[in-house]
Amino acid sequence: MEWDWNFVWEIMPTLIQGVKITILATLLGSVLAAIVGLGIALARRSPNKALSRSVGWAAEFIRGTPLLVQLYFIFYVLPDFGILLPPLVAGVIGLGLHYGTYTAEVYRAGIDNVPRGQWEAAKACNLSATQTWTNIIIPQAIPPMIPALANYFIAMFKETPLLSAITVLELMNQAKSVANTYYRYIEPITLVGAFFLVISLFSVVLLRWLEHRYGKIER
Amino acid sequence: MTQWSGYLGLILQGALVTIELTLMGSVLALIMAFLAGMGRVSRFFALRWLATVYIEFFRGTSIFVQLFFAYFVLPLIGLELTPLQAGVLALGLNVGAYAAEVVRGAIQSVGREQYEACIALNFGRWQGMRHVILPQALLIMLPTFGNNAIELLKATSVVSLISLADLTFQAQVVRSQTGNTLVPFATILIIYFALALIISWGIRSLERRMARGLDGVRV
Repeated sequence: MEWDWNFVWEIMPTLIQGVKITILATLLGSVLAAIVGLGIALARRSPNKALSRSVGWAAEFIRGTPLLVQLYFIFYVLPDFGILLPPLVAGVIGLGLHYGTYTAEVYRAGIDNVPRGQWEAAKACNLSATQTWTNIIIPQAIPPMIPALANYFIAMFKETPLLSAITVLELMNQAKSVANTYYRYIEPITLVGAFFLVISLFSVVLLRWLEHRYGKIER
Repeated sequence: MTQWSGYLGLILQGALVTIELTLMGSVLALIMAFLAGMGRVSRFFALRWLATVYIEFFRGTSIFVQLFFAYFVLPLIGLELTPLQAGVLALGLNVGAYAAEVVRGAIQSVGREQYEACIALNFGRWQGMRHVILPQALLIMLPTFGNNAIELLKATSVVSLISLADLTFQAQVVRSQTGNTLVPFATILIIYFALALIISWGIRSLERRMARGLDGVRV
């Protein structure tokens, strides 16, 4: 079986439909992961031991189990409890929750990396807790986090094909359906691979730049 | 009651397949990691280039696409693989690419004075690597290897989509036979988590054993 360019052009519009959903899922998932991660990171710093312990365990559990099974769980089990989600929403929640547990670690490291002296200086200047966080800690904690966060968002982008398992019509699913209709696997699957490869090669360049721009902490 | 024990047997069979895949995938990943990781620090341009292409390719496209490529496209160019072979190949090559960067980082993080000591002792490049650099680098690699192994374990769930009867696949079978969704998925989530805990515990004890006798050498 050999490569057929005509077939490639024929299936291109379908694949582009899929690309749109893939990008949409990645963007929404990234936003959710950023928020969930912040929630987890803050809960783990909470003085309430019961809260920080249980959130810590839950995050550990989510990180130790496969995203695919979590997606199945959200998509197939939740309807038993009366929560019926459209595939894309279920997929975005799955991505956001799973990667939220990773971004939580980034936030934690970012906050822990602000030198103790800054906290002490804030106290010495008689700043309130809110003032300390908004004016001293967060502005210093955020820039070093950016490359690490971007790294996880790129990783999430590469995991979006899993959404095809819960019937989201993203790129992989479109490719599979064309492949099954025409019984030609070589072009669709190769194109999907090439698409992901090109995007991630670009993102490597973007990451280098982000690291160069934000990676170093100014002391 | 007897019915449930039958279904549990099915799930345990799946667990065996998952463990088998994880072990075989890890062995292949370990081999690829050392080949490509050492290739990255090789003296020869061709080897460095080859290793870089391998790493960027397999990190750039997602495991899901690679698995489908191995299972559906390779037979078309004359390489027929069973689902198990395709799974081990895709998982091993994918995680191997991530682990290769760990190998490279660890080799490069061994102090300059160690390399200078090798030269002073008139060791060849290979001798120095074998007796001085690698024993120290191995200890730095181990914790990250543990994380990679857990990533591999989680990625094995994807093979269920090429009809390999692993944990996730068996959970789907149980779901379709009993109509119960919560129990099978909750069970396999717990099994995956337990396996992940076993891996991280195993790596930690291995780390403790290997660190023995190295006190004072590494700070």
